Amino acid sequence: MARKLKKQRAERLDKDFRVPHTEIKMQLSVNKSEAPAYSATLVDLRRGDAAVLDRIDLPGDDARRLMELGFLPGATVVAGQSAPGGDPRVFRVDGSEIALRRETARKLKVRPTRAAAK
Amino acid sequence: MSECSDCRSCTTDPLGDTPAPGARPKAVALIGPPNSGKTTLFNRLTGLRQKVANFPGVTVEQHSGIAELPDGRTARIIDLPGVYSLSPRSEDERVAHDVLTGARPGTAKPEAILLVLDSTNLRRHLMLAAPILSLGVPTLVILNMADDLRSRGGHLDTSALASQLGAPVALISARQGEGMEQVWEFLAGAMPMPEPTELPVLHDVPKCRQWAGRVGGEAGYHPPAPPQWTRRLDAVFLHPIGGPLVFAAVVLLVFQTIFSYAKPLMDGVTWGFETSGNWFASQVPWPVLRSLVEVVWVKGAGSVIVFLPQVLLLYMFIGILEDSGYLARAALIADRTMARVGLQGKSFIPLLSAYACAVPAIMATRTIENKRDRFATILIAPFMTCSARLPVYLLIIAAFIPDRPLLGAFLSMQTAAMLGLYLLGFVAAVGTARILKSSILKSGHTPFLLEMPSYRWPTFRSIGLRLLDRGKVFLRRVGTVILVVTAILFVLTKLPLVHGEAPPIESSLAGTIGRTIEPVIRPLGFNWKIGIGLITSLASRETIISSLGSIYGMDQSNKAGLRQALRRDLTPGGALALLIFFAFAMQCVSTIAVVRRETGGWKWPALQFAYMSVLAYAGAFAAFHIVG
Repeated sequence: MARKLKKQRAERLDKDFRVPHTEIKMQLSVNKSEAPAYSATLVDLRRGDAAVLDRIDLPGDDARRLMELGFLPGATVVAGQSAPGGDPRVFRVDGSEIALRRETARKLKVRPTRAAAK
Repeated sequence: MSECSDCRSCTTDPLGDTPAPGARPKAVALIGPPNSGKTTLFNRLTGLRQKVANFPGVTVEQHSGIAELPDGRTARIIDLPGVYSLSPRSEDERVAHDVLTGARPGTAKPEAILLVLDSTNLRRHLMLAAPILSLGVPTLVILNMADDLRSRGGHLDTSALASQLGAPVALISARQGEGMEQVWEFLAGAMPMPEPTELPVLHDVPKCRQWAGRVGGEAGYHPPAPPQWTRRLDAVFLHPIGGPLVFAAVVLLVFQTIFSYAKPLMDGVTWGFETSGNWFASQVPWPVLRSLVEVVWVKGAGSVIVFLPQVLLLYMFIGILEDSGYLARAALIADRTMARVGLQGKSFIPLLSAYACAVPAIMATRTIENKRDRFATILIAPFMTCSARLPVYLLIIAAFIPDRPLLGAFLSMQTAAMLGLYLLGFVAAVGTARILKSSILKSGHTPFLLEMPSYRWPTFRSIGLRLLDRGKVFLRRVGTVILVVTAILFVLTKLPLVHGEAPPIESSLAGTIGRTIEPVIRPLGFNWKIGIGLITSLASRETIISSLGSIYGMDQSNKAGLRQALRRDLTPGGALALLIFFAFAMQCVSTIAVVRRETGGWKWPALQFAYMSVLAYAGAFAAFHIVG
């Protein structure tokens, strides 16, 4: 009974707020046949490392905003400075510096490049 | 009304004024990605002084102003919040989107667009040109920050870009005023419809980016070298150990400055005020009027004005943080702490600006995409120590804490007490956020994305103008709200007349009101005089100083001044209780009004007011009983 009430209350609150996002995932891949071969993500990059972005495992809206900021499949991403403790980290992509939390960076899969850019 | 009711950075656009038809100026909207310099251009075109700073998301609503064209006609310029695309995710982006598409009630669809892009990051920023040009509205594409582009060795061919986009292109520097004639020319000219050679599928971001890259390439765009200084500074400011140390050192320096270096300035202001007030009083023939001038002006308003130097120092510090680009780094460093309480680094930017005033801070939460995070930030923002609390803290600390060094010349006991109060406000805010985010405002995560702007040197001009504006706002408030409230209080202390004479203050109307509420505040260690001060502080927090100044100033037996009088009337526990009460209570009509507007109802401001009042009372009660 109490649980039901709680649920009702939560639903009422949800009417006040837009639900942040749906659960539909958008997967973008430049080269589908190769994509599963790598499971490295932006989190695995250390400072100064560069990698080519492969796909974004995030709901459509979030992936779209990341792409608008330059995180497009095929773009080169360079890991930069981070906040103390390593999270969040600044990534250089497409001429800008964007800070991402670890939980987000983990969803951005990369193909490592041979040379680390400096 | 606090200082913010008249701060122009947050007034809504007075769009109701429609001039006679025919003479109606063209409406021209400024649009572009965040931090591309739209407001800098707006200020240059209209001669207004909207707030400009170096981080994304400074402008969160539409502002409009009139630009006078060289030929004598006018154009109405509408400044809009920055957008990355025309698919809005947050409240500020929605405002921009709605105005552009004509969906905003009360705002006519703009007849022309100034698309402002950052020329140092043109390839990505050009993506926004696709949806804007497809709106079919005459557009001037403005490539801003030409000075940065040049100094870092980038270049492009604007005429080639113009023919690619089918719209005129102007390479300008809004900050330096370079290239402005092209903007004036467009505003005064025929404003042709854009005829782009080719546009990508708008909803496909990769296609848009490819298109932008190709167009930039055709225009011979050569991106500038990466900003070396930004990299070097970040290596220091974001250093795991050095970064926080630098931050702590700067904060200490600022607070120490507010206490010690501001002293001579403060003494100067006090001297000037007393001399002029006493001279003026001596010129007034009637004794009643003379005592009004003495009590209300010199002892009342004067006791608040002396804090002007400190308040301006605080604003200068905040201005440097905002204009240099450090604020975005501070948000980055704070993100972990914010994550622990369920918020994100983006909430930290409004919270930092709440150190100046909660009203613009609450408006600034519009950049937070997740609505529940946004509401939580709105609810905790008034806990941050705003500049109206500063004079109250300064007065009570100076009266009760000895001025002894604690860490040599770096930190005195008074500075430490002040830091403690700022910390207390922050802890209350963060603790409340934790409660809210684990109960009524629980939500899923929205990714934290924050663009780091390049560092820029804050200019004397921009900081100076800000201080001038803030100084005016402060003095206007002292001259209006505070003076009026103090004058009313003065009258209330002289009524009702007994045999044609003013009664003793205890039995005057003001005294009666004070003594009526005394039972409620007695447990906090406050007497009825403090009670009167608390009531008047509802108008604006600093009013308590002028009320107490005039109440104690009327007492002829007390010549020693406000500090001594406070020491006589408050125990150390009572003083601490008063500080804690001010730290927690939501004594600000403007904040309540802006929370109501931003949350769309009375529910949240009522909850917030009740919560903060209970916390203030309980905190003060505990402080008084523990310290005694």
